[in-house]
Amino acid sequence: MKSTFTRSLLLAPVLLGSLSVLALRHASTVVPDPDNAGLTLPAGFSALKVAETGGRARHITITPQGTIFVKLNRPNAAGKGLLMLRETSGGKAEVASAFGTYGGTGVYSTPEYLYASSDQDVFRYKLNGKGEVVNPEQPEKIVTGLLNRRQHESKSITLDREGNLYVNVGAYSNTCQVKDRQKGSLGQPNCPILDSAGGIWQFRADKLNQTYGDGIRYATGLRNVVGLDWNAQANQLFVMQHGRDQLYDNFPALYDSKQSAELPAECMYALKKGDNAGWPYLYYDGQQRKKMLSPEYGGDGKKQAPGNYLEPAAAYPAHTAPNALLFYTGTMFPERYRHGAFIAFHGSWNRAPEPQKGYYVVFQPFKNGKPSGDWEVFADNFAGSAANAAAGRPEHKPCGLAQGPDGSLYVTDDKKGTIYRIVYAKK
Amino acid sequence: MKQILALLCTLAWFSFPAAAQKTPTPKVKSRPAAAGGVVVGKTIYARNCLTCHQADGGGVDGMNPPLTQTTYVLGDKTRLVKVILNGLQDEDIDGEPYNNVMPAFDILTDQEIADVLTYIRSNFGNKASEVTPAEVKAIRATNRK
Repeated sequence: MKSTFTRSLLLAPVLLGSLSVLALRHASTVVPDPDNAGLTLPAGFSALKVAETGGRARHITITPQGTIFVKLNRPNAAGKGLLMLRETSGGKAEVASAFGTYGGTGVYSTPEYLYASSDQDVFRYKLNGKGEVVNPEQPEKIVTGLLNRRQHESKSITLDREGNLYVNVGAYSNTCQVKDRQKGSLGQPNCPILDSAGGIWQFRADKLNQTYGDGIRYATGLRNVVGLDWNAQANQLFVMQHGRDQLYDNFPALYDSKQSAELPAECMYALKKGDNAGWPYLYYDGQQRKKMLSPEYGGDGKKQAPGNYLEPAAAYPAHTAPNALLFYTGTMFPERYRHGAFIAFHGSWNRAPEPQKGYYVVFQPFKNGKPSGDWEVFADNFAGSAANAAAGRPEHKPCGLAQGPDGSLYVTDDKKGTIYRIVYAKK
Repeated sequence: MKQILALLCTLAWFSFPAAAQKTPTPKVKSRPAAAGGVVVGKTIYARNCLTCHQADGGGVDGMNPPLTQTTYVLGDKTRLVKVILNGLQDEDIDGEPYNNVMPAFDILTDQEIADVLTYIRSNFGNKASEVTPAEVKAIRATNRK
């Protein structure tokens, strides 16, 4: 009895010691790449390439246990569209398994479930206590039959804290013209696209085989949202809209190619149920900070849009394609980043012949659930050089964001399939 | 800006001899006239095609197909002219899906279509034969959308 007691007394510090060593090892073994993975970052931050997936890595999610799931835009050579990665050493990870036969963009996890979307459907997979998918080949179909007409096909997803699932259904059109993207073609009256696309739909996260009829058109007048996230402080859905293209191409008498490159702003919206952001009837001029009437609906570049449409919460440079939004809740980064938004800008193409822009991750400060102060470029040079970015020929294109259990920020790239991890170390 | 300047210079360089040659000689296959067509083709490209297909003809990943070394550009002229006349969507190019919509450009004249296609087929690393206005005219006459 006595010996057992002393033994356990002796054992306790040993156990504690080894536990703390384990904890220490886990925390201290993140080894940044000597060149910070080619990225430029604020002082104190560093980065590494976690893995090269070789796929078009769209969105990413990480479970509390640190299991990484990445959604591929198209199935890989083995025909799989979802990757599971496990941490190896030095903060890196490797693909441990692949499953799901569909391509797509959306992926999201709760401690219990992994959600993933094709361009038509939303699936979910039960997770076990280790953050692994229990039944990779038999997901439950949560939503089915969403419109996919190739243009703006991504079905990005997020959840609120009350068991609701939010899905973007992008408009299969630039501005709801009678003839899409045709020079001079006017807008269709009462744009019929908005019945089934150009908005955010709300479904239950736990009900199977829901279709449009089971869902609610939560917000409309949103051309295409790829990045969206639930803000816990405001208890509100925030989305990033991809603004319209081709003002000069389609209305050369009203806009020159320089104006067309700077208009309209890419907008962040804070949504409430029933909101209408005004697409296709208006676009947002970020310089004038005004909602302008679209030329397809009688605008001339000067007329403001009539009607009671939602004001953007914040605005960013035109055509830079915000593909992911993440509210940071970790404690690894300095205090000012907490509850602020990281936004991954995929980069522009519609600024040509002006230099292209984007291919960076932006930080937008927030205060009490609202944007507060100017945005700033946080992680840059995914393109590899300024010349690559200007030419629209970047090496990598940021597309997805996730927060690791330790507060690291993960960024995916859908050009080469690189997974980045950005960490902060107090100096 | 530099590119625009360069374009203006080339335009100025070519437009004089091209314009001078167009009037007197009837319809002979001459190098300078073809070169003039290519220069006009470049401006038509800038006005109608460049935003999507980009200045280098490389297109945009997954959205707008490249015009470099694809069977669509280098192959059958009839199919190529019809892409301009009718637009294109929901079609894979050499096995790759592209999700953007190309509108119809049937408002362009036979001459303009010939010029822009000749420009595309002889630039961006492409080396294919010219497209003539007569060919465009014939294809337009039988074109059914």
